[in-house]
Amino acid sequence: MTTRHCCRLLLPLLLFAGLAGCSGIEPWVKPYERGNLADPIMALDVDPVSSAYVQHVFEGREGARGGEGASGGGCGCN
Amino acid sequence: MLVLSGSALAGVLPEDRVDVLYHLYQGDGIEIDGPSILVRKQAGKNISMVGNYYVDMVSSASIDVITTASPYSEERKQWSLGMDYLRGNTTMSVSYTSSAESDFDATTYSFSVSQDMFGDLTTLTLSYALGDDIVGNSNDPTFESENDRQHYGIGVTQILTRNMVASLNFETITDEGFLNNPYRLVRFLDSGSTSGYSYEQELYPHTRTSNALGMRVKYYLPYRAALEGEYRYFTDTWDIESHTASIAYVHPLGPWTFSAKYRYHDQTSAHFYRDLFAGSEATNFRGRDKELSSLTSHTSMLGVSYEFISAANAWGFIKKGTVNASMHQLNINYHDFSDLRSAATIGNEPLYHLDADVIQLFFSFWY
Repeated sequence: MTTRHCCRLLLPLLLFAGLAGCSGIEPWVKPYERGNLADPIMALDVDPVSSAYVQHVFEGREGARGGEGASGGGCGCN
Repeated sequence: MLVLSGSALAGVLPEDRVDVLYHLYQGDGIEIDGPSILVRKQAGKNISMVGNYYVDMVSSASIDVITTASPYSEERKQWSLGMDYLRGNTTMSVSYTSSAESDFDATTYSFSVSQDMFGDLTTLTLSYALGDDIVGNSNDPTFESENDRQHYGIGVTQILTRNMVASLNFETITDEGFLNNPYRLVRFLDSGSTSGYSYEQELYPHTRTSNALGMRVKYYLPYRAALEGEYRYFTDTWDIESHTASIAYVHPLGPWTFSAKYRYHDQTSAHFYRDLFAGSEATNFRGRDKELSSLTSHTSMLGVSYEFISAANAWGFIKKGTVNASMHQLNINYHDFSDLRSAATIGNEPLYHLDADVIQLFFSFWY
């Protein structure tokens, strides 16, 4: 996938973000319906220290990096 | 190594917590262990501060080390400080990370903004990080070179239904400078050598730009459990292309929580990678780092957590406490990296295979 192709994917994302300015869409999951989502087991990152360490292991053993939603640091692990 | 600043849903600061973790990586003749300690505390209504201290104690006799160098010990220390500022539905986060080892110093500054919208169903996050690394060489005290890194990220977290949440993250990373390992060597055909090959220094391009698009979906099962799927596509200017996918299951049972995960990763090699070059300086760029070769990895994880402090039996100001353990088993099949420790003749060496165990033990406290 070229950089241009990735940017084409980015455009719909930015458009979607732009729609945030439109107040016409009503939230389809009301606050009182979010009990299950608030359960600790549903957190996207339950233990940040643990997941950060595992991500560090994979970045040191593989050639891919990023795309997992957290900012990165550097190390001489190559 | 990372410090996460900001939460998946803006409008709420992350909870105050302390995590004390012990990590251990064993495999490929390498043992790396050490602590990671994280402390997060809210200061006033709008600010959350976070600090992390992390150490890698390395003892290495890996295949690269055994075939071209000698076993060594090393220690890398990293510390980070971060702050999240919440104003209405907007969270701004900044962090500073510094790590040091005998031949590599890294400094990273990062900044991100998260915005809640659509009645808190959607969170948009924009992030930027700047890294400044200094590469040294233990064999040459006069050697010093720099790397500059920049990370650009955009992410969206979306509540899809009352039982499902998803996230999409796009990240571009650019590097410029001395991007290879000053100790690693490449091998090339040499009829004058008894083994049939000789070694020379790696030579990498001075720039690298990568793009990664990751998506994650988490689903709440009606009997109280969670199922998670994840996929990431990666590509870069070194011609590495990869697909990573994983599936995970979390099952709570009273104060216990059990989790399991399987992860698959497959990548092509960098365009300048060769297991064996045709001759000395045969190409403009050359590398033999197995992490940049074509490979497939499989990882299985089992984890368990026990909540020994809860709201019902709080310890003073500590309202929740857990003890956690997890084991990852990592298996990597290299499609174009030979195991030179074998006595096979050139061209007949077996392909290398790596097995590693990653163990974590940690306590988490919320207060």
